[in-house]
Amino acid sequence: MVPLGYFIVLSAILFCIGVWGVLRSRNAIVIFMAIELMLNAVNLSLIAFSSNMKHILVRFVQSMAPQDAANAIGTATSSGQVFVFLVMTVAAAEAAVGLAIIIYVYRMKDSVNVDDVNIMKW
Amino acid sequence: MLSLIIFFLLAVMVVVAAILVVTSKNPVASALFLILVMCCLAGLFVLLGAIFLAALQVIVYAGAIMVLFLFVIMLLNLRRDEFGQDSLAIQKYLGFILVAAFLVQGIVIVSWAMKDYSVSIKAETQPGVSIPLDTLAATDYNSAQSVAGTLFTRYAYPFEVTSVLLLAAIVGAVVIARRRPFAEPESREK
Repeated sequence: MVPLGYFIVLSAILFCIGVWGVLRSRNAIVIFMAIELMLNAVNLSLIAFSSNMKHILVRFVQSMAPQDAANAIGTATSSGQVFVFLVMTVAAAEAAVGLAIIIYVYRMKDSVNVDDVNIMKW
Repeated sequence: MLSLIIFFLLAVMVVVAAILVVTSKNPVASALFLILVMCCLAGLFVLLGAIFLAALQVIVYAGAIMVLFLFVIMLLNLRRDEFGQDSLAIQKYLGFILVAAFLVQGIVIVSWAMKDYSVSIKAETQPGVSIPLDTLAATDYNSAQSVAGTLFTRYAYPFEVTSVLLLAAIVGAVVIARRRPFAEPESREK
């Protein structure tokens, strides 16, 4: 059994690499990929917490009947996974719309460099 | 022990591939390394017992989203000089320093919070804890059946809202990326 902390630290490292990618690159597509990296890091931490629910909640379910305690932990575990499912859906929608915007910007400006896209700057 | 070895193997692969996603000059290489990151993360999900989400990760992320990325990169057909324009030095190094500081801060906070967590794990063996963990772990809460049960009962409404979101994304993407026959792009007029 791998300790929960290892997964959380790995998730933090992945998230920071994603932030670094957003800060350093100027290609809009690479920035999008860095955002996907950050979403994946969050998914990893959500799943790590959800599968450790048994250990996290063991103190709080002591007053319940064993069956109720098992149900509470089960609901908490699968809730975390449903959350990850919804994050994946949002990521898919975001990627589709974002890439459409990139295509449109490329048609207008002939470039995907974010420094060229300054139409909202005054 | 074996799971620790697998964890470190996958973790090193994930981190190296993620750094290559960010630093490689060619967006196609970035996309391929991102697929590697997704697949290794699916392995980590299996290690955590979330088999259903590992399958979804491979199918949705590595299969659908990354194909969309590669499709757009190929469609734009960027010239060599547009691939990797170098960032400013300040962007590169100041960004790295800030992010490293952020990471150290996060790890310090997490390890501080984990102290409480390890205390609560020890509580399982204390006399006040009457329900043993084994009875709680009788059913497999990570299975697709359990996740689907929660998704379609407790979270049925968010699930339905998701379908509206996807419909809006489809319509939005089609409308934005459509060629406009009458409105000429700005750069063509010059």
